[in-house]
Amino acid sequence: MTNWLDVLALCFYVVSFAFYVLDLYHERVWSGRMATLLLIAGLVAHYYALLERSRIIHAIPYDDLYGSMSLFAWLLALTYLGLELLHRKRAVGSLVVPFVIFWLIVAVEVAPSSQPHAPAANGALFALHITIGILAYAAFAISFLLSLIYLIQNRILRRGRPGLAFWRFPALEVLERMSRSSVGIGLVALIVGTSLGFVWEHRLTGHFATADPKVLFTLLVLAVYAIYLAIVRAPAWRGARAALLCACNFVIVLFSYTVVNLYFTNFHRFF
Amino acid sequence: MPTERIEKVASSRGEGGMRGRVEVALIGCNHTSAPVELRERVAFTPEQALKAASELRQSGIIEEALVVSTCNRSELYGVSGEANESLPRALMSYFGEFHKIELHELDGRVYQHVGRYAVRHLFRVASGLDSMLLGEAEILGQVREAYNRALGNGSTGPVLNRLFQGALEVGKRVRSETEIGARPMSVAFAGVKLAERIFGDLKGRRAVIVGAGAVAEQVVEHLRLRGIGELRVVNRSFARAQELALRMGGAAAEWSALEKSLEQPDIIVTSVSGSEPVLTRAMLERAMPARAGRAVCVIDLGVPRNVEPQAEGIYNAYLFNIDHLGEIVEQNRKARESEIPRAGAIVDEHVEKFLAWQTSLEGAGLVQALRARLNAEREALLTAHVGGANGASANAAELERLERLTKELIERIVQLPEKRLRERRKLRRPVEGLAALRELFGLDAGDEEKR
Repeated sequence: MTNWLDVLALCFYVVSFAFYVLDLYHERVWSGRMATLLLIAGLVAHYYALLERSRIIHAIPYDDLYGSMSLFAWLLALTYLGLELLHRKRAVGSLVVPFVIFWLIVAVEVAPSSQPHAPAANGALFALHITIGILAYAAFAISFLLSLIYLIQNRILRRGRPGLAFWRFPALEVLERMSRSSVGIGLVALIVGTSLGFVWEHRLTGHFATADPKVLFTLLVLAVYAIYLAIVRAPAWRGARAALLCACNFVIVLFSYTVVNLYFTNFHRFF
Repeated sequence: MPTERIEKVASSRGEGGMRGRVEVALIGCNHTSAPVELRERVAFTPEQALKAASELRQSGIIEEALVVSTCNRSELYGVSGEANESLPRALMSYFGEFHKIELHELDGRVYQHVGRYAVRHLFRVASGLDSMLLGEAEILGQVREAYNRALGNGSTGPVLNRLFQGALEVGKRVRSETEIGARPMSVAFAGVKLAERIFGDLKGRRAVIVGAGAVAEQVVEHLRLRGIGELRVVNRSFARAQELALRMGGAAAEWSALEKSLEQPDIIVTSVSGSEPVLTRAMLERAMPARAGRAVCVIDLGVPRNVEPQAEGIYNAYLFNIDHLGEIVEQNRKARESEIPRAGAIVDEHVEKFLAWQTSLEGAGLVQALRARLNAEREALLTAHVGGANGASANAAELERLERLTKELIERIVQLPEKRLRERRKLRRPVEGLAALRELFGLDAGDEEKR
């Protein structure tokens, strides 16, 4: 079910993306500010779209692919906005916002035309478990993009032939710092989100489903990102190697988010 | 342009406000019109610039004067109170006399512009469009300095003040709204910008300068501007290293300590003359463990290269040689050139703005002159027919009433054009035939005498 708020959010994101690209090639104070303001407007419209859906199903949207992807897109935009405000760098916006647009378009396209049904599981603790879990995925997605930019920029520097946009992207060390911040947010969110899931499950069933493939993959994700944070400043790893590791880690996240959810787990659906 | 300002400017010109067309004129030469030998001879020191401006004003050739003199240009700007076709010639004669150069030596090497073309030229200069290095930033500061000096000396007036304030505004707009001044255009600056692409902020970073080349000094200049923390100079001659370190504000190191010096810095700049590389791959590799893998930016300014080409493959070592830097400069030059149309459009917009202001100034002067002329006629008529020998019959009360009525009549006549010039900005541009109107109403000083 697509509502007009989704379309409005999509419009804001698209125009915001146009301003981020404009700012990338012709850095102006107004174009950068417009890009950020439109992103915020998109986030607000998107939030109300999610809220509207939550009112209908009386739960956080997780039980279908539409809700889960839409929430992921929103948290991706929100995490990026936080990083932009923290590091005062807008150039990455031109690469992150298209992903937000992509996820939202896919979410809108796959949305069923009928009203969604209320899922069996709900409650505040459960809602937090899902939201924080998806926030972790969004933060890892951003660290993946930042690492890709790092690798491309590193390659350009090594070849010594920079193009026009090259001068606009953050410096290598800034990209590394942003990536570290993003992974930090993701790790904390994943630990908190997973813990809340355990608590909720224990309250409901009286035991912990530690053997569930989703749980095992979540622990694997935690481990690989913890390793990244541990070695990112080690002499042999700092720089391009750490960026490559971070980018590869995201493959496990994607696997956990898609294949594991769809085929290996019984009670984790689209989150 | 606020109406009050027009009136203030017009009245501050005193008699000038009553005059006809005020014309901006300039003569000068730059890197495109004259060789360096001539440019050297016609350069003005700041004191000479002020002296020339004062002399020109005192001699009555012009009412306002300003000299802009940089390493690549010497230009003399003047404003005459009335249309004067021989003004550029007069300026040229003074220019030659001041520098003791025969006029035939200046022929074809000095340009002259009047009115719109003079305004456009200055705006292009301030924008960096007329500079040897397209879009360079220094020229705007130099124009500002020249203007401030002249303003302090009192050699400018309302027209040059407005013109140069406009030029500074154009210069700022062009740089903020176009890419004409963005991206490095010198090899030294390109090297520093690349270091910024690796480290971001260079504040507090450490640098080592190997050798004593002139370009290396330029790199240090840029690094200093960016707040570099520690600077070390290594040279084959320790005495020369000390001399350079003193000048650059760093510490000197013996040549034998070169390898040890590679362990700390974030940036290494090499500028050594010699056929053999001074930094080898092995030396840099040995330094990396001591650096805990921190990235290092090596800027090799030497020809032949000072750093062994094999060093390019070292992990976290970024090596840039003179060809890399030259290519970046060339790429940026093309990018700047592509911005010329946009910068030109901004310049043209401001030229029109200035000319509209100038026309409004002249319009205000015209109304003022018309009012003065009508008042003079009124007084002459009253003296001849009412208050004079032939009109003794009028009593004092009647005379006062007539004076009041005629004054009111004149005010009513001039009120409409004055109001329209104030309120309708669009009217100012079409009213370019102000000189014809002045002639029609006989408002110029010469006409009064003829009459």
